[in-house]
Amino acid sequence: MPAVQETIDQVRLIDVDQYKYGFETDVEMEKAPKGLSEDTIRFISAKKGEPEWMLQWRFDAYKRWLTMTEPNWARVSYDKIDYNDMYYYAGPKNFPSPKSLDEVDPEILRTYEKLGIPLREQEVLAGVEPKNRVAVDAVFDSVSVATTFKAELAKAGVIFMPISEAIREYPDLVRQYLGTVVPVSDNFFATLNSAVFTDGSFVYIPPGVRCPMELSTYFRINEKNTGQFERTLIIADKGSYVSYLEGCTAPMRDENQLHAAVVELIALDDAEIKYSTVQNWYPGDSEGRGGIYNFVTKRGDCRGKNSIITWTQVETGSAITWKYPSCILRGDGSRGEFYSIAVSNGMQQVDSGTKMIHLGRNTTSRVISKGIAAGRSDNTYRGLVSAHRKATNARNFTNCDSLLIGNRCGAHTVPYIESKNASAVFEHEATTSKISEDQLFYCQQRGLSAEEATALIVNGFVKDVLQHLPMEFAVEAQKLISISLEGSVG
Amino acid sequence: MAQVTLMRTPTETALVQAFDAAKAYLPGDVESRAQAFETFNRNGLPHRRVEEFKYTDLRKLMHDVAPFAVKPSSTTAAAALSAARAFVGVEALQVPFVDGHFVSDGIAFDQLPEGVEIVPLAEALASGHDWLAHLSPVPWAKDNPVYQLNSSFMADGVMIKVTGAVATPIHLRFVTASTAAVATATRVLVLVDDGASVTILETHESPHGAAHQPNDVIELVAGDNTNVQHVRLNGEGDEALALSTLAVKIGADAFLNSINVVAGSAVSRHQVFAMFNGENSKAQINGVTMITGRQHADSTLMVEHAVPHCESRELFKTVIDGEATGVFQGKIIVPSHAQKTDGRMMSAALLLSDGGTMYNKPELEIFADDVQCAHGATCGQLDDELLFYLMARGLPRKEAESLLVQAFLGQAIEFVENESARDSLIASVEGWLKARA
Repeated sequence: MPAVQETIDQVRLIDVDQYKYGFETDVEMEKAPKGLSEDTIRFISAKKGEPEWMLQWRFDAYKRWLTMTEPNWARVSYDKIDYNDMYYYAGPKNFPSPKSLDEVDPEILRTYEKLGIPLREQEVLAGVEPKNRVAVDAVFDSVSVATTFKAELAKAGVIFMPISEAIREYPDLVRQYLGTVVPVSDNFFATLNSAVFTDGSFVYIPPGVRCPMELSTYFRINEKNTGQFERTLIIADKGSYVSYLEGCTAPMRDENQLHAAVVELIALDDAEIKYSTVQNWYPGDSEGRGGIYNFVTKRGDCRGKNSIITWTQVETGSAITWKYPSCILRGDGSRGEFYSIAVSNGMQQVDSGTKMIHLGRNTTSRVISKGIAAGRSDNTYRGLVSAHRKATNARNFTNCDSLLIGNRCGAHTVPYIESKNASAVFEHEATTSKISEDQLFYCQQRGLSAEEATALIVNGFVKDVLQHLPMEFAVEAQKLISISLEGSVG
Repeated sequence: MAQVTLMRTPTETALVQAFDAAKAYLPGDVESRAQAFETFNRNGLPHRRVEEFKYTDLRKLMHDVAPFAVKPSSTTAAAALSAARAFVGVEALQVPFVDGHFVSDGIAFDQLPEGVEIVPLAEALASGHDWLAHLSPVPWAKDNPVYQLNSSFMADGVMIKVTGAVATPIHLRFVTASTAAVATATRVLVLVDDGASVTILETHESPHGAAHQPNDVIELVAGDNTNVQHVRLNGEGDEALALSTLAVKIGADAFLNSINVVAGSAVSRHQVFAMFNGENSKAQINGVTMITGRQHADSTLMVEHAVPHCESRELFKTVIDGEATGVFQGKIIVPSHAQKTDGRMMSAALLLSDGGTMYNKPELEIFADDVQCAHGATCGQLDDELLFYLMARGLPRKEAESLLVQAFLGQAIEFVENESARDSLIASVEGWLKARA
């Protein structure tokens, strides 16, 4: 069945030519010397005022990176990246931590205003207090320019600050967890990130605390010829809960820019982390010129019993997406969830999916992925579900649907399902008719057609999670959710 | 950046030597063989870093190269054939092979059923027969290292032409007589003319206790309006490393129904390369695997819908006991012009023990927007409730399990249209289950 008109119209609205965030901000910037060398790393480390151990950590990563080769298994093709032809650090000049927002370059503040990201707490607080307040860490190229609601969060014992600051202020905490989920040697891009990461967020939720508000980081690439390498580390201690959001945009340029981030999540006993992303990097123009190369390693470790990690992603941007948010289900009874909507248009290439690695007993996971390809784009779902020998009673349900608009694009599904335990039950389906016979029957009995019923059930599924996104992100996400499942394949 | 160069394994070196020695006596054009071998040798044996062999690392699994089998004497051949048991009750035209060589004794070439012509491959290769032009009907199979090895070493086989509706099935009986480990490479080409229909049965047997290395290729070129039924049984000995390929090109308005049943071998890999070449055709490709102990069985499948309006159905069932490993890799490819394609691929696995492993990789590669493609994969153990139901009615646990496994595998076997072949397959499932209990 071909896609319905409504869907086609909606996808057109987010077409590459309609990119709204492509403006540039003119501020005086300070950069590291071009290229990658030990000097560059020393420069970054000095800029951030890091202790010696951190510098050593970076050097180790750099040495290892030099021996590694770029992976080529993903279904994406791009010109070779010259790692010595870009800047690894760019920050607004005279920017060693301003004390308040008033010291921040007004040009930068205007940028965030234009992007619709509230950096001023009072603006949010002045009117009727909104239901979902959001604390924001704004990262501009290589530097975190502002973090809001820090004081209020501190009252609850929550640590929310740029990671460079955390390395200075909470070295023990950072040292204990950094690199334990995504080891330095994990993969080419993660190793590169370990050597040159500049900023990102650090979150620590103490035991038993439910984080009083949503936390978010907004990443903006502005400077030309610059790569962004941020690192995020979130630790939810026993019995705590946090919801974290991430947004990203970049100016329109003819050149390709590299973004190689690492995100590590750690959930201890009974903790829950919700990590949501609205990725809207500049996708390049309709001819495939320019755009961000997005090579991201995201992984969550359900280290404690009954812990939960949920990844939600809405991917509409980037020329190339290479991203597999994963869950290591180590603790008994832990749960991993992955909800993804990836829309590709123009000449975009998306190779994304998840890994659910069941190590503990009674672990469960759920993967819902919807890929929509239009234009001349390629959209690949690549996912792994595996149960190790001891993962007794592991349970997984995977559903990935793809939708093609036009016949110049491609949709691909590459699932890997590996089971080493007889009691593990894995189901992978791409047929829309097999969700739950009971639910379908219930809906159909009330007069819905099979397709309406299916759409209702699947949308209900995804909506449930997306509703937790804050308003400014939710609009785009909602628009995508309303896309019907009609005509979907595999 | 440091470049990693892979060391040649002793097996790879032995293959080079074996090919150099074999060149002298293998029939036909040396040039094309050398070409195939060179392509193979460039990359060597596939290993886990090669995506298509991710789960079947031949570099690790193939420890050595068994000597290539020589043509057996006619008494040896006759004895081996009379001892072979697979599909004996099935009425068919027998086309026997012993130790990888076609046994023509007892075949009256001038009294074949109407519409069937058979040409021994070794002779055809030596004399340069016209039909040889039809070899390798699926171009991309040539990129496959297992296929390349067969193209390099193929020593014998047959070419069969079917020109009408042939009611008698043609039974290709591959029997290994040698009790010492031998390697064989056979190739069978079946040309099915427009409007013709045929049933091809294929059985493979070898003695236990010897690490035989058969590498068999069967190629089908099905014309328009054809109906081809293909049933393959792997009943190789318990130490065999069996590699096999089915390459098939399907014309318009045609129907292909193929099943591969794995009931033997220490290591097996069956690959299917299917290509639709005419519209409104249908293919049903099934697989049944029963493994235990430390067996390793791989079913790899690639279906290319090169033309619009075709339908493919794939159903693979795997039962794993002991510490065995099952692999299913399937890929449906739909290019942008192949609109109205309908493809459905399903792989279901049952793990009967805690030591078993199942790897499932059902892939879709779709470029057309008006198609219906779906795949499913499941993996789990027997349903407790069903077991309870049966046990509550007085069946011992093992028997209840057997019944459920039979039903599970039966769903794939019931597609076999030839009744006595189907019964034989069911009997082999029962035999496997009995050995288990």
